[in-house]
Amino acid sequence: MWRDALLVAGKDLRIEARSRVATNQVAPFAVLVLVLFAFALDPDRGVLTQAAAGLFWVAVLFSAVLATQRAQAVESPAGTGDALRLSGLDPAGIFLGKAGAVAVQLLALEVLLGVGVIVLYDVEPAGLATLAATALAATCGLAAAGTLYGALAAGSRVRETLLPLLLLPAVAPVLIAATRASEAALGTSAAAVAAGDWLALLGVLAVVYVAFGVVAFGALMEEA
Amino acid sequence: MSEHDEPATGSSPLTISLGLAALVALGATVALGLSLPATVEQGEYSRLIAIHPGVAWASYVSFGVTALASALWLWPRTRSPRWDLVAGASAEIGVVFTALTLVTGSIWGRPTWGVWWVWDARLTLSALMLALYLGYLALRRVPNPPTIRARRSAVAALLAVAVVPLNHFAVDWWRTLHQGRSLAQIDPGNDLDGAFIGAMLLGFVAMTLVYAWLLVHRVRVARLEAAAEQAHLAVALEERRAEALVSP
Repeated sequence: MWRDALLVAGKDLRIEARSRVATNQVAPFAVLVLVLFAFALDPDRGVLTQAAAGLFWVAVLFSAVLATQRAQAVESPAGTGDALRLSGLDPAGIFLGKAGAVAVQLLALEVLLGVGVIVLYDVEPAGLATLAATALAATCGLAAAGTLYGALAAGSRVRETLLPLLLLPAVAPVLIAATRASEAALGTSAAAVAAGDWLALLGVLAVVYVAFGVVAFGALMEEA
Repeated sequence: MSEHDEPATGSSPLTISLGLAALVALGATVALGLSLPATVEQGEYSRLIAIHPGVAWASYVSFGVTALASALWLWPRTRSPRWDLVAGASAEIGVVFTALTLVTGSIWGRPTWGVWWVWDARLTLSALMLALYLGYLALRRVPNPPTIRARRSAVAALLAVAVVPLNHFAVDWWRTLHQGRSLAQIDPGNDLDGAFIGAMLLGFVAMTLVYAWLLVHRVRVARLEAAAEQAHLAVALEERRAEALVSP
């Protein structure tokens, strides 16, 4: 399973490295979202700094929709999805590989957005260990959920509009927990619940999505 | 094929009595609800207790049935097109009940809390649940072969059920302002509270009956739709064959 996962992840990451869609389209889009938030909110009164954690994660969420759409799109032309199905690779491995590739891209994007938030929103970086743990757990959950819902919406003519509707309500707890944990790390939080609890929730979410994907992906790939 | 050969249309004495029971229970709920006294804090709006908790309860029942039917479809030994139809029908009704929960809650919230909407844990959870199941219904409408559609829908329904408790935790820690659980804060020894409990419990029964009746009929319509689809296909095939015979 793990060997298959590495194989699929390597394939998807190589495609991204060569096509440069992630670096040339998804990453600029994410940074653009940060800039748009600055236009929508008042940058002079510290609103952006206060809301930085939430805005950061909303930008990540939007990018996750794009990244998972992209991960499905590379399988649709020329029947490569069918080839993957017939390849004899373990479906759980395929799921972990595709989710892993999305997770790697999202983590890279989060580093970029983190720098963007520090530069554009005037955020003082603090609590780096907590931030890293938050990013890791949230990214695992997002990538697994995205890959699952991507497979559910795959192959239909309406997938571009269907995927956000399916995915965003399902990852709402990731957004809430990741935002609160980040706020606690940055010291901008007013909430009573500690970062550790939010991190635990993120961990549970990641485990649930990954486990569900490992179990259910085979059935989704079966088709017909 | 026996799925579509069964008499799928028309009412049976059982469903007619179910419908009548639902109607009577609903009528009694309205009557009892309107007979409740206005309370000091909530005024006339306290009477919504006859409707609102029952509607919310019915939405949970609906989504529970959707999950159960989806699991039965996924389990190879119990797999039958019927479970797919039940899952879809129940989710549709659940979405209606969830929307009604939000609407009746808003009507109550405006005079009591002073706003139509607050970012309270349970309201947020209901809104998220509505969005989740709207997505599920959208997924069901994607034109796919029946087996693929059934499989994907079943996975999505189970995923939604796994997500709802997590959403619950997240929004619960995030915000909490709601009334606590409806039953937990009432003192049954108090006569006034007794009347309110009675109205609320009757509301639970009425909404459950309404749900059951709607489900039976929605599944029937779904079966007829499936049968009509099959019939259209058969007719189209017949026409193509006839064409082939005519043209030399």
